[in-house]
Amino acid sequence: MTTLDTETPSYPSAASETRPATAFFDTRLARLLTGLFSVALGLAIWEMLSWRFQPLFLPSPQLTFYAVGELWEDGTLLQSIGASLARIMAGWSLGLVIGIPIGMVMGYFSFVRRLLDPYVEFFRFIPPIAFVTLAVIWLGPGEASKVALILYTTIFIVTINTIAGVLSVSELRLRAAASLGAGRIQTLLTVIFPSTIPYMVTGARLAMGNSFLTIVSAEIVAAQVGVGSMIWTARNYGKTEWVFVGIITLGLLGYTCDRIVRFIVQRLLRRYAIAV
Amino acid sequence: MNAPLSSADRSESACTGAAIRLERVSVAFGEHRIVSDINLHVAPGEFVCLLGPSGCGKSTLLNLVAGFLPPTSGKVSAGGRPVHGPGRDRGVVFQSTEALFPWLTVQENVEYGLRMGGVPRAVRAGAARRYLDLVGLSHAGNRMPGELSGGMRQRVQIARVLVNEPSVVLMDEPFGALDAQTREVMQVEVDRIWRATRPTILFITHDIWEAILLGDRIITMTAGPDATFKTVAKVEIPRPRELTAPAALKLYSELREDIGSEVRRTLQAQGLLREAPAKEAAA
Repeated sequence: MTTLDTETPSYPSAASETRPATAFFDTRLARLLTGLFSVALGLAIWEMLSWRFQPLFLPSPQLTFYAVGELWEDGTLLQSIGASLARIMAGWSLGLVIGIPIGMVMGYFSFVRRLLDPYVEFFRFIPPIAFVTLAVIWLGPGEASKVALILYTTIFIVTINTIAGVLSVSELRLRAAASLGAGRIQTLLTVIFPSTIPYMVTGARLAMGNSFLTIVSAEIVAAQVGVGSMIWTARNYGKTEWVFVGIITLGLLGYTCDRIVRFIVQRLLRRYAIAV
Repeated sequence: MNAPLSSADRSESACTGAAIRLERVSVAFGEHRIVSDINLHVAPGEFVCLLGPSGCGKSTLLNLVAGFLPPTSGKVSAGGRPVHGPGRDRGVVFQSTEALFPWLTVQENVEYGLRMGGVPRAVRAGAARRYLDLVGLSHAGNRMPGELSGGMRQRVQIARVLVNEPSVVLMDEPFGALDAQTREVMQVEVDRIWRATRPTILFITHDIWEAILLGDRIITMTAGPDATFKTVAKVEIPRPRELTAPAALKLYSELREDIGSEVRRTLQAQGLLREAPAKEAAA
């Protein structure tokens, strides 16, 4: 490689400056293989550990795989995923729709910020799990209580991130807009809102992760269907492998949701220069 | 000059300059005085360069006229009206291209002011194209600011300001962040564009050659804090100017001495200037 480089009268590029040893590991294929290898290694360790324990304590990957088939056949798995996803999507979207405007207004109008700050600063330290019981008492055991808890999870993260975004808008851009003739509301909509989009996306992604956290606790306490209740039901049957199915499902679901959000962001919001 | 402009005259030059007037203006932040007792009258259509060492309050004066900053005392007016905040009659070209909106295309950036003013889509698209053409960017309308070089971005800023047809253009070291070659090209461009459109320009720089190349008048400032005007030089060299002209060279050495003495004063005040430093360093 190095001899080739000296013979070729080319300008130094990123590729030729990379050391040959690391070059292979930077290719797309190698990155994929590395990821797959890591997963395979994890499965192997799990398998070996499971040899030493009872299935009730630690079910093997094989047993878990069979449990996936079992739960898929009778429709439980799909139904659980559907129920949990629907609740997350409803609560999360509502949280964005409400949280973003609140954050914009709180960020822009310092009076509103001072007015609402005590509540934001108080409630953001109270985990949604603490409200599960209250949600059921107030909103009943139906969908509303679960959606409300996801909404609660989302709204603070999104609001706080949006406020941070509004406060960090470059003073220069605000001055530019003002001297080009933009009024206060026009500035809010045409400069501050677009400048804040990267922060909103960060908030939305964090909130998505936390929504998974919340949904499981909410469903364990009060739900007939859902991934959380599936995990909880497994206890009654002594089916530890169902717990594993639930956990793996949550991980894959969360990963997929995040990927979808990232994909949409990259496609639609490219011009807002969001690093994802 | 005294006769009112006919409509034919107006259509010839898109912008019509307005006078800028600062009367006994001072700015202080608490005990910290930035500028004191500034009197400045810029004639309509005049190109005035404010020249001074960094930290002397040049930008403060520009911010006053732009309306970003109220004076602590004194009066600021543009076009005969007192300044109470920013307005589209006073366009600002900032040093940093951060001022552009990176999520809008070049064309959309230039259209921004007209869009805020409620100008119909077709009209503002045509106007934006005209001004992009004026700054030599007619080919780049659909590109994003992030894809452009520093010089091109400053051209976008200039077009974005001029499309509003402001009577006053305020330029705050607009080429300070550009490399020397691009800067020279842009200086010639600004001279050409100003002669084509004739707004009043208040141009801030610390580059003496830039001031000589562009200004009808060059005002030097004393070192801050508590800065004020030091000298005012009228530049009578015909445009487009050659910096090799004897008059230019003479003016350069005068201005250099003016600025140099202020810089030395600042350094002495900061304890950074010792006498005969070369010998000490050698020993």
